[in-house]
Amino acid sequence: MSLVAALRGAAVAHGAATVWSGVDIELTAGEFVGILGPNGAGKSTFLEVLLGLQGLREGSASVLGAPPGERRERIGYLPQRRSFDASVRVRGRDLVALGLDGTRWGTPMPGTFGRRRAAARARIDAVIAEVGAGAFANRPIGECSGGEQQRLLIAQALARSPDLLLLDEPLDSLDLPNQASVSALVQRLCREDGITVALVAHDVNPLLSYLDRVIYFARGRALSGTPAEVITTEKLSALYGAGVEVLRRSDGRLVVVGQPDMPAHHHGHDH
Amino acid sequence: MNPSFSANPLTDLHQLLQYPFMVNALEAGTIVAVIAALVGWFVVLRRESFVCHTLSVMSFPGASGAALAGLPLASGYFVFAVGGALAIAFGSRVSGRRSAMQESAVVGTVGAVALGLGFLFLSLYGGILESVETLLFGSFVGITRGQVETLFIVALLAGAVLATVGRPLFYASVDEQAARADGVPVRALSIVFLVLLGMAVAAIAQIVGVLLTFALLVAPAATAQLLTDRLRLSLALAVALAVLETWAALTLSYFTNEALGFCVTTIALVLYACARASRELRR
Ligand SMILES: Nc1ncnc2c1ncn2[C@@H]1O[C@H](COP(=O)(O)OP(=O)(O)OP(=O)(O)O)[C@@H](O)[C@H]1O
Ligand SMILES: [Mg+2]
Repeated sequence: MSLVAALRGAAVAHGAATVWSGVDIELTAGEFVGILGPNGAGKSTFLEVLLGLQGLREGSASVLGAPPGERRERIGYLPQRRSFDASVRVRGRDLVALGLDGTRWGTPMPGTFGRRRAAARARIDAVIAEVGAGAFANRPIGECSGGEQQRLLIAQALARSPDLLLLDEPLDSLDLPNQASVSALVQRLCREDGITVALVAHDVNPLLSYLDRVIYFARGRALSGTPAEVITTEKLSALYGAGVEVLRRSDGRLVVVGQPDMPAHHHGHDH
Repeated sequence: MNPSFSANPLTDLHQLLQYPFMVNALEAGTIVAVIAALVGWFVVLRRESFVCHTLSVMSFPGASGAALAGLPLASGYFVFAVGGALAIAFGSRVSGRRSAMQESAVVGTVGAVALGLGFLFLSLYGGILESVETLLFGSFVGITRGQVETLFIVALLAGAVLATVGRPLFYASVDEQAARADGVPVRALSIVFLVLLGMAVAAIAQIVGVLLTFALLVAPAATAQLLTDRLRLSLALAVALAVLETWAALTLSYFTNEALGFCVTTIALVLYACARASRELRR
């Protein structure tokens, strides 16, 4: 199995405060990894390290065979908690198109119907269809619901056909059925297109059955492994330093209860 | 000059174009309308209307400073508007990121300082500025060939800059976070855009006046964005609206002797209100 990204003995600091240290993590091709942990644990920071937006204080990192930041065009990224209010009069598909060519200088001139333009349009139609956003991609993004916006933003991150997809809380602000369908969509991208996905989430439960591996960040450390290895009462309690309990449901699925950071307690304010 | 409005538009047009000053005014007005619409389209998208208003206030110290120094008015307009743009660009960033709170504080302060400086220059100058009313509300009577040519060069420059940075600027304007992560030089672009805005405002304020520049910049673009969500169509519509509004305002101003800025504003706001109303009704 080929290595997509690796951190070795990595530590990150914002100013004087160390966010996490002694982190060894590998992402292998085609796996779906959940990044979990409480607020402020450094989950977003981890993605920023992979993108080359945040430097390491100690240790080393490589992404797609190069130092972070050098293979940026092969990474799709969905930043945390973006939403567009109703006054934004830009269609979803124009936003998706920015994922494809938004960084290119110039201005698309009316009346240029080159082959490149046709290829771009076909690609945008394809990613919109892939995330199931066809029905609302021509509406202004501000008029789409949170879940619809999230799908369009995933399409934007997919536009350049990335090898590595970094999604920062794409399930935030979605209801349970939508959390499940977005999780299933991401898993399908992994399985069918072989994209490696790192997805940040607060609550592991809606994701648990889709993930190949989980990485927990808490109290300055990281813990990684398959869900069966990591998601146990002992390991999570030790990591969080609080009573976390892992239950096995009658259908064999795991359920984590008592995370210090369940969305129900924490996220009421920002919706 | 004895303007009289007839029912025949052709006669009216013929009457207008008889005077060289009116030809200059139409040319200058058209150039200014095109820049205003293009730059204004991004102002609306970036929600920088307040910045835009403040930069137009910079024309007051610009005009009085130029009078004090004995320089042409236009140079004062440009120096102060671009200076104000730079002050806002560099003052309103917190650790490299755009901060709305910091920005509105800095913009407000720059506006207040501009007014203070304007009065200081005015009192040092001792005299009365040729026409305060013209400064504030605009006039098309005195536009010279040289002014038209300067405006044309500014427009070409602004157009070239926008054509170069258009797409990444659009990206940074609607989706700053993603654009930054994608490697778009968001900060550099916002500085470039503010300087461009300063230049546009200085150009427009010479014709429409300080107080109403804002209307020509923001209203056509806002109207166009209300009417359509197709990007190129709304950009083209903004330009068309701004040009037509300016022509209509020039004609109205000529036949009624009302200040040009007043006419532009009235027409622009009526159209904006219609667009708003038609949208609300369609819901
Ligand atoms: N730009 C910054 N400057 C200073 N400190 C920062 C900055 N960004 C993040 N931090 C700090 O780094 C730590 C990790 O932040 P990070 O955003 O990675 O957490 P997170 O796990 O993504 O949290 P959340 O679940 O709230 O998104 C936090 O303590 C935060 O306060
Ligand atoms: Mg985060």
